[in-house]
Amino acid sequence: MAETINAFKFSDKGLAEIQRYISHYPEGRQKSALLPALHVAQTENNGWVSPEAMDAIAEILNIQPIEVYEVATFYTMFNLKPVGKHVLEVCRTGPCCLRGADQMIETLKQKLNIEEGETTADGMFTLKPVECLASCGTGPMLQVRETYYENIDSEEAVDQFLEMMRNKEVETPEWAK
Amino acid sequence: MGIKILTEHINVPGIETLEVYRKHGGYRSVEKALKTMTPDEVVEEVKTSGLRGRGGAGFPAGMKWSFLAKPEGIPRYLVCNADESEPGTFKDRVFMEKNPHALVEGMITSSYALGANTSYIYIRGEMMFILRILEKAIAEAYAAGLLGKNILGSGYDLDLHVAPGGGAYICGEETALLESLEGKRGNPRNKPPFPAVKGLFQSPTVVNNVETIASVPWIVNNTGAEYAKIGVGRSTGTKLISASGNINRPGVYEIDLGVPVEEFIYSDEYCGGIWKGKELKAVVPGGSSVPILPKELILKTAAGEDRLMTYESLSDGGFVSGSMLGSGAFIVFDEDQCIVRNTWNYARFYHHESCGQCSPCREGTGWMERVLHRIEHGHGHQQDIDLLVSVAKQIEGNTICPLGDAAAWPVASAIRHFREEFEWHIKHPQEAIAPGAVYRGQLAAATV
Repeated sequence: MAETINAFKFSDKGLAEIQRYISHYPEGRQKSALLPALHVAQTENNGWVSPEAMDAIAEILNIQPIEVYEVATFYTMFNLKPVGKHVLEVCRTGPCCLRGADQMIETLKQKLNIEEGETTADGMFTLKPVECLASCGTGPMLQVRETYYENIDSEEAVDQFLEMMRNKEVETPEWAK
Repeated sequence: MGIKILTEHINVPGIETLEVYRKHGGYRSVEKALKTMTPDEVVEEVKTSGLRGRGGAGFPAGMKWSFLAKPEGIPRYLVCNADESEPGTFKDRVFMEKNPHALVEGMITSSYALGANTSYIYIRGEMMFILRILEKAIAEAYAAGLLGKNILGSGYDLDLHVAPGGGAYICGEETALLESLEGKRGNPRNKPPFPAVKGLFQSPTVVNNVETIASVPWIVNNTGAEYAKIGVGRSTGTKLISASGNINRPGVYEIDLGVPVEEFIYSDEYCGGIWKGKELKAVVPGGSSVPILPKELILKTAAGEDRLMTYESLSDGGFVSGSMLGSGAFIVFDEDQCIVRNTWNYARFYHHESCGQCSPCREGTGWMERVLHRIEHGHGHQQDIDLLVSVAKQIEGNTICPLGDAAAWPVASAIRHFREEFEWHIKHPQEAIAPGAVYRGQLAAATV
């Protein structure tokens, strides 16, 4: 496989957001800002965290790159490979399944013609199964970026959701505006 | 209908703003505590209240506070556990989303009691939208002089920050949470030392659940003795219950501890009965990790007494015929739900979420998942049921943190109460794998 280079540089706003988190911790404890920094990197790198982005974080936090890698690979929110424009994080855990999560996921697979973990050919959607999102009273549900989409309990609801997402731009958090 | 300590104003329009929150009595506990009480007096009130940790373990909060070491010249920390990840639990999410200032107020009053000058709210990363809501509320509190230096002229300083996780159930375990807050993998720590002695940044630390902290302002305002009058026995106060599954009215309900389970399920004030006119089959009353109980045992104890929504009543009968209140996540199953499939789903969850530090959990959860997967998919062997019981037994109690127990209990209890359903899957694989197939035979006796 050919080597891929994913050059990465934080924006000034991204750097400011990381600095804001660093300021929350005592002197010398800047590593505490690692998870927030990974979230910032993912936002600024089209929804995934590349090795180059991790190295940039290590430099900012003055820690070894391995300290970033071991954390990025532990937490499931960080995508370590390129993803589609919209990552559909579908809840597959028990309480949602009692209200039809299995059917929702099946319907999404059929409509998008992909399996779990895959991205559509047009690069629009990635289907990512996740565990309980604390939305059990409003399942079946899924998350895209910072928004929960709830009560997706029929084929019509799936259709409506996909139609809406096809026309939606990627969310930008306040700090990046 | 009981008193609403946590949710009285939750649906008031604009309650997420400081102005409306104060209009409804918000931040009174900060004024009262900082101006008229010593920190120890606040701790005493919480002790008197009998308030127990609302995250799942149910340990008395006042006692936990009194264990906090107070060496000279070393900072102490209060960390709020908002990592709500136990399947079935969504009370903290709803509470913080709607009424963020109530948590901020609880954090200020509680931090004062503990002598913490920097406190953190660790929130699961998926709830980034709630982190934004909390940060807005915190900014308002700073602007009003309720946070920062010399709060309300009392001489007490407090900084409060919110920190996001990254998607890991294990970080709800308090020492894993502290590791994560230090920017590390969420591997639980060996205890001792306990966080009360060496916690965040090796300093004395208290970690409390959102609901626990949010209950403190009412206790300070109205006294611990008044709080202790609510509820039954050692289950004092009110509790937020996350009701989910096959019910007519899923949602978060604040109940006086002591409401009968039957009333909670069937009353229109709460769950509103089983949906689509179906029959109740089983309930997991305290989050995915607590034992599942069949209809007979969730409504009545083995001794035939009405089961109540209290720590004691739900655990009556131990693990033979009882369960736990846990985090108050009440998951209801109707007659069409397959217990084998659900148990496999939970096993997959715990396998996915095991941090991998302890081999009994790392290997055992995967083993249970694989065995349950083959039973559910029509490839089970007759000896698989005893194998599952054996693996669960070998995980339980043999790990650094309680995730091992949490993984073992759902499997062990499902087999204890629904053994015939597992046997049917193994004996009749073709029938069992048909879409929508559910075993409808006689349920196993409670004491098997």
